[in-house]
Amino acid sequence: MKRFAKLFNTIDQSTKTNVKVAALASYFQDAPDEDRLWTIALFSGRRPKRAVTTTRLREWAADRSGIPLWLFEESYSIVGDLAETIALVLPPNTTQNDQTLSDWIASLRAVYTKDEGTRKAFVLDAWDQLGGAERFIFNKLITGGFRVGVSQKLMTRALARATDKPEAELAHRLMGNWHPDGTTWHALVEAEDASADASRPYPFYLAYGLEDTPQDLGDPDDWRAEWKWDGIRGQLILRDAQYFVWSRGEELMTDRFPELARALDYLPDGTVLDGELLVWPPDQPTPSSFNALQARIGRKTVPKKLLAEAPVILHAYGLLEWQGRDMRDTPFATRRDLLEQACADLPADAPLRLSPQLGFENWGELAALRAGARKAQAEGVMLKRSQSPYLGGRKKGDWWKWKLDPLTIDAVMIYAQSGSGRRANLFTDFTFAVWNGNDLVPFTKAYSGLTDAEFRQITAWVRKNTLERFGPVRKVTPHHVFEIAFEGIQRSARHKSGVALRFPRMLRWRQDKPLQEANTLADLEEILRIYG
Amino acid sequence: MTKPPVLSFTENGIYCAAGDFYIDPWRRVDRALITHGHSDHARWGMGSYLATHGALPVMRHRLGNIVAQGIAYGETRRIGDADVSFHPAGHVPGSAQIRVEVAGEVWVASGDYKTANDGFSDPFTPIKCHHFITESTFGLPVFRWADQASVASEINAWWAACAAAGKTAFLGAYALGKAQRLLTMLDPQIGPILTHTATENTNQVMRDQGIVLPDTRCANADLKPKDHPGAIVLAPPSALGSAWAKKFGPQETAFASGWMAIRGVRRRRAGDRGFIISDHADWDGLLSAIKETEAENIYVTHGYTDVFSRYLKLNGWNAQVVPTQFEGESLDKDATE
Repeated sequence: MKRFAKLFNTIDQSTKTNVKVAALASYFQDAPDEDRLWTIALFSGRRPKRAVTTTRLREWAADRSGIPLWLFEESYSIVGDLAETIALVLPPNTTQNDQTLSDWIASLRAVYTKDEGTRKAFVLDAWDQLGGAERFIFNKLITGGFRVGVSQKLMTRALARATDKPEAELAHRLMGNWHPDGTTWHALVEAEDASADASRPYPFYLAYGLEDTPQDLGDPDDWRAEWKWDGIRGQLILRDAQYFVWSRGEELMTDRFPELARALDYLPDGTVLDGELLVWPPDQPTPSSFNALQARIGRKTVPKKLLAEAPVILHAYGLLEWQGRDMRDTPFATRRDLLEQACADLPADAPLRLSPQLGFENWGELAALRAGARKAQAEGVMLKRSQSPYLGGRKKGDWWKWKLDPLTIDAVMIYAQSGSGRRANLFTDFTFAVWNGNDLVPFTKAYSGLTDAEFRQITAWVRKNTLERFGPVRKVTPHHVFEIAFEGIQRSARHKSGVALRFPRMLRWRQDKPLQEANTLADLEEILRIYG
Repeated sequence: MTKPPVLSFTENGIYCAAGDFYIDPWRRVDRALITHGHSDHARWGMGSYLATHGALPVMRHRLGNIVAQGIAYGETRRIGDADVSFHPAGHVPGSAQIRVEVAGEVWVASGDYKTANDGFSDPFTPIKCHHFITESTFGLPVFRWADQASVASEINAWWAACAAAGKTAFLGAYALGKAQRLLTMLDPQIGPILTHTATENTNQVMRDQGIVLPDTRCANADLKPKDHPGAIVLAPPSALGSAWAKKFGPQETAFASGWMAIRGVRRRRAGDRGFIISDHADWDGLLSAIKETEAENIYVTHGYTDVFSRYLKLNGWNAQVVPTQFEGESLDKDATE
């Protein structure tokens, strides 16, 4: 584990991309096959089958550290990471251990079927033999979630350097449903005829946001536009008479969307579509809000009632594979024509629809269309260059998202709570209120949008202006006004104010604005009336 | 009529009615007893100050022309009906816990403290008392400091690696206390030690009062960075990455703070490296200090006050949280100084 811990420390301690890539590339060149296979797996969110529940881990760690469980939980809420909290509260290790990363994983697998006593003895033993980063890594092997600042892009770049294979090919090889238990380094990375799994998706092409207007993009004739939908980006794969649904986060979500099975009735085998997963009942002119979709994402198995109330469709806007052939190098315009032909005869109640193109002659016309995005339940418009291939990852140039400006309201901060993890020593989680007569009515929380310097400034202020404490939450003197930006607004019975905001964040700290000039509940109601 | 408590917690700070004085007040009062020179404890504008001989020079340097008296550790002084004495807190040179006795009842306000001996500040001395006022900046069991020698070897190894790679090593630490403690931990064989002006000013104040520090060179406008290859530069955290720092060319930056124990904070603030070293007591240090006072009543002032006082209560102490404007160890303290 020492070699992996060294790699981990180098990556974790550095903010410089070239340092990270160099460390990874040299590791991929030198480490044993099993270790480098597992390293790719861990850094892409895969982990060994869980040998111990986190509940037991917490109990054993608290017990071994001689602290009560509530104190462990309080510490966890501040550190923000279970594996790290355990590593920190335990007494120092008393011995050393030289096993490799994959040795440890094999040992974990060996105790998986054993009784709890054996597993506990194994874990306590490991804690006693591993110190510092190694102990943290061991815990991460059990709990999962290695967030280490290594993007897929960075890892494929390092792999490309270590293996002399093209990055795009490696990115595709690493996609999808593989697990180290079912493959080898050779099969995953090196083998020429990698007989791909039927479910394997293509790397998603991601757009950059357009900072300004599209004037600088050149001739509008070179571009195609479509709505930017507010759902989940998804890839629908139809191969071997089966269907697979992948989210952009590379999560296989097939079981959550059983209605998409019917896509097999309308499209031939060997088809892969890029599109937006949306809740869209057949009788509605526009899709439902993101909240409706959230109810679906949360369910691994879907009750009949929910399936009827919140049916999901794939709103298709990209053709990636057609008749078993990878189409990604074909220009967008050609792929679009094929997609339109393929979707021409879909019945109205099919779980698959074609996302329309927006016609425009010049940028001014497109701007006018974009202004109506909220009416269409869209977030803005997407621009795709007609002659562009389908690339992988976030690349500048051929795809742009041109989102609507957010809705905003000026609100008063009334509660503050300290953050966890990265923000453990700062107050970062705030509750905001608007005026209702002389009362302040809370209506949203927000955590993001300020600079580190601003968070430090507000933290010092909170310490000196606390009126009351409720555990970790502090009621503060109403004084500071913030401009809160949000993407959507809905009536909600669960919130005191009667509204729920979509993606609220702090746009600006309005130090220039007196407390009395913050917005009112009536203002909020007005926004709800117009945009809700 | 019930008699007032020996110390009470007021809007101005900790107040002693029997002696009519305040300890580390944050508003202007006539008479202030000061535990140490950090800016959240020693504030400007008091009618008169009383602090240890070791703490006064830095206070005069920072607060300018003040009416102040010095007192030796262990010396008892009668103020009104209170007997007052100052005892080492181990936080920074000259830092003190203040013991106040009125009619046989003893209170100790400990200010900021650490129990481990850093070989630099006068080591923490436990004082028996009935009522103990403690900080809890790092009052969680996730904070446990390694011994100073092992942190010193980590820092020196990092500096040596920077020097070998042709980079200047920038180490961010408070100008008062932490920076000088780090100076005593550095191995001058590795290369020259440079300092930011703010750090060097404090160095000079300490040298003038007889504290021995290794040789340093102030990295002011006259200094040519290329004349000092392989150097380490000690600077306040806010100076890292500034235009001044950029003049040194290729460089690595590190922070030295107790907060570096948390990976998230380290990743947010540390630059290239974070070294876990603090002038505040860790979890074990806080508990051992409290036990050694034999006090039954504990007042928890800053840091993880709620959690820490709950733990104390469950373990038989009569503990309560008291409000404060002290900051403990903030990564950003120098930004407001």
